[in-house]
Amino acid sequence: MNAVLLAATDALGQSERLLPVGPIDWLIIVIYFLVVLAIGFYLKRFTATGEDFFLAGRKMTAWIAGLSFISANLSSLETMGWSAMAYQYGMLAAHAYLIGAIPAILFLAIVMMPFYYICRTHSVPGYLKLRYGEGARLLAGISFAFMTVLVSGASMFAMAKVLKLLLGWDIHSSIWVASLTVAIYVALGGLISAVFNEVLQFFLIWFGSLLIPILGLIHAGGWKGMMEKINHNVSAIHPNLQGADFTSLWSNLGSFDANPMGIDWFGMVFGLGLAVSFGYWCTDFLQVQRVIVAKSLRSAQNGTVIGAVLKMCVPLIVTIPGLLGLAVLTNPDGSLMVLVPQNDPRAEITHRTFNDVLPLLMGQYLGPGLLGLGVTAMIAGFMSGMAGNVSAFATVWTYDVYRPLINRNASDRHYVAMGRWCAIVGVLISIGTAYTLFWFGNILAFLQVLVFFFIVPLFGVVILGMLWKRATPAAGFWGFLVAILFSVATWVFVHTFPDGHRPQPQIIIRQYQAEDGNARAEEPIVRLQSQTDPAGRERITRIVVERGRVLATNVPIPGQSQNVVFLSGKWTIQQPTDLPPQVPHPGREKPFDLRVLAPKVVDAQTGRETRFGVDGAAVVLLPGVQVEASEIVHYFNPAAFNPAHVRYVARSEKAQEMAVNMYSAFWTLCVCVIVAVVVSLFTKPKPESELKNLVMGLTPLPDEGPCPWYERPMLWAAVVAIVLVAINILFW
Amino acid sequence: MESEHQIPIWFFIGCILLIYGIIVMATGVYLWVAPPPEEARVKLYEYHADVWWGAVLILFGGLYCVRFWPSNVSKRQSFRR
Repeated sequence: MNAVLLAATDALGQSERLLPVGPIDWLIIVIYFLVVLAIGFYLKRFTATGEDFFLAGRKMTAWIAGLSFISANLSSLETMGWSAMAYQYGMLAAHAYLIGAIPAILFLAIVMMPFYYICRTHSVPGYLKLRYGEGARLLAGISFAFMTVLVSGASMFAMAKVLKLLLGWDIHSSIWVASLTVAIYVALGGLISAVFNEVLQFFLIWFGSLLIPILGLIHAGGWKGMMEKINHNVSAIHPNLQGADFTSLWSNLGSFDANPMGIDWFGMVFGLGLAVSFGYWCTDFLQVQRVIVAKSLRSAQNGTVIGAVLKMCVPLIVTIPGLLGLAVLTNPDGSLMVLVPQNDPRAEITHRTFNDVLPLLMGQYLGPGLLGLGVTAMIAGFMSGMAGNVSAFATVWTYDVYRPLINRNASDRHYVAMGRWCAIVGVLISIGTAYTLFWFGNILAFLQVLVFFFIVPLFGVVILGMLWKRATPAAGFWGFLVAILFSVATWVFVHTFPDGHRPQPQIIIRQYQAEDGNARAEEPIVRLQSQTDPAGRERITRIVVERGRVLATNVPIPGQSQNVVFLSGKWTIQQPTDLPPQVPHPGREKPFDLRVLAPKVVDAQTGRETRFGVDGAAVVLLPGVQVEASEIVHYFNPAAFNPAHVRYVARSEKAQEMAVNMYSAFWTLCVCVIVAVVVSLFTKPKPESELKNLVMGLTPLPDEGPCPWYERPMLWAAVVAIVLVAINILFW
Repeated sequence: MESEHQIPIWFFIGCILLIYGIIVMATGVYLWVAPPPEEARVKLYEYHADVWWGAVLILFGGLYCVRFWPSNVSKRQSFRR
């Protein structure tokens, strides 16, 4: 692939920050922080007992439960991340809000909620204790508490980077201000405060984000206009995916080639629709906690169904902006803006990334005031997700780890105090995780899939326990443990390269560096030759580096004798040295294009500062240029997939990250159920008297009295299911 | 969740939306009266989204404030009892 990547130069070159936040916008942001803190202080007086602090007094109405249920999931990483997915995968990204959520939420409301509610558990690990015993509960409790703070820290780190990039905010200030605000209001008001703020944040997220799809669709000429523009632009934006259909939900899932995700309908239905979705929505305690604390079973069920309706609306503010990015996102000069993946070396040098699509649209359409509202929506989303993690951590740690293992007979007041401290400690551990990621950024990819390792196995044992009275305590423990190990092993397998993996050869042109290690103020100087391609775009074909330092990775650079090839070392060029535009790679049919990145150089012809990134251009290094060359070969790389291994997991070498995760989740669920069933057949089940209110057939539903037809959960679940089918047919 | 002594969450939501609506609409009206230079305008500036979106926020926030004003809610609750 040859591509001149100057398109986004202006967007990046003029300012480090993406969004021009002014005083009015700041005022809106400050008001938000003051209000959430005031709510925390106000609610402290209502959290005297453990039931108040951890379970919001079990007084939540259906609407508050439903709003909180969805809001806890609607973090800004979710909205930005799934907008990016829509930019990357097109309409397929909407499945996360349709088949990837709604059937599971309805299943939780109608089938699982009675068990959670009637057994009066305070957490999902608490249910495991009642159903299987202490072993499964501790495994789930410890892994959940551990996972929650790590994921919360990873989110915090990612968010601080986003705020730095978008608003120019100091990373440390972003982390401390946002997380301490969350710590204060959760420590003061517990789950009540978290839920209050989540409901508030839900409204702010919607009012701050809904204008973008409205204005974007007006700009694109309506839905039809947007689709036409996507079909026109997509070959320029995703040149590697020629022929893939970005505008359908199902008609492009007949083969792995026809869609940008590299998945088929089986993986979508059973991977996303069954394993990932049911695991996340039915057993992730962060979600379930919001509805099991409703004031009655009917409220819990109706709240969950309300959550399903709200979830189906989220594509309006998430998927449509991603699609608008493909249709109407332009550079200041009016040309089409092309975004690249986060792991692309050109990211943030010459191009914005997929993750920036939502903020870029905000900058495109929202002026002063509205921009502050949009930024507040992002911050609210971040804090909402974090508050969810922290309050869930406080509950699980106090009830499922601290009480059974450390202090079994303390007073209720003691546990409330422990919960308040947990909120603060949970935030501090999250901050520690975030700072760790500064130094070990490559584990971020690992942390982001951590959630898949635990929730899918957890769903396997919970659902088997609810539906099959023969499932034994040993089966619960071993099914859970083996499935976790299998899930981790699958992840390691697809990221392992037994023959070694060499990243694409690349050079980066930097400032000259003196012997003492200091960079000199002299900018690197280059002379560029370019051609115009058939599409009319100017293409750099040759780069002569006259001055500066070249960081080369996996690039063979001829030495003075022209016979010696250096792959690593540090030296100064003595005579003009040519680097060819293509680099052969052992074991690969096609040679790699040489990638050249110049974040800040001076063009010798114009004398002006410029920046660029290009694949497949010839390079000449003139005498005096410093070279720092290195050779990198990975045998395990969490940021890269081994296609030869991927095809065993996701049934295709073309499978993208999402497809691999979906198939991995499906196989994990299969392993979990098989192991649990086999172990159950050889071990002793609990007597039926101990399974009352825990297993289907042994759990009589309480009579909550007559209710009008419009309060019946089953009716609304059926309506939501019909709407879901209609939407899928409409956008087939 | 909404005991008789507790201010309903909807009231807080109404207040913050009302305040935001006033700020956004006032900014929008100012920018309408004194337009920024062409190059500093956002796309679709001519629709003045800040004015009508601010109005939507004021309407929504105002309704919630009135409907869930703490003394009104207490009166309704005592009436029901």
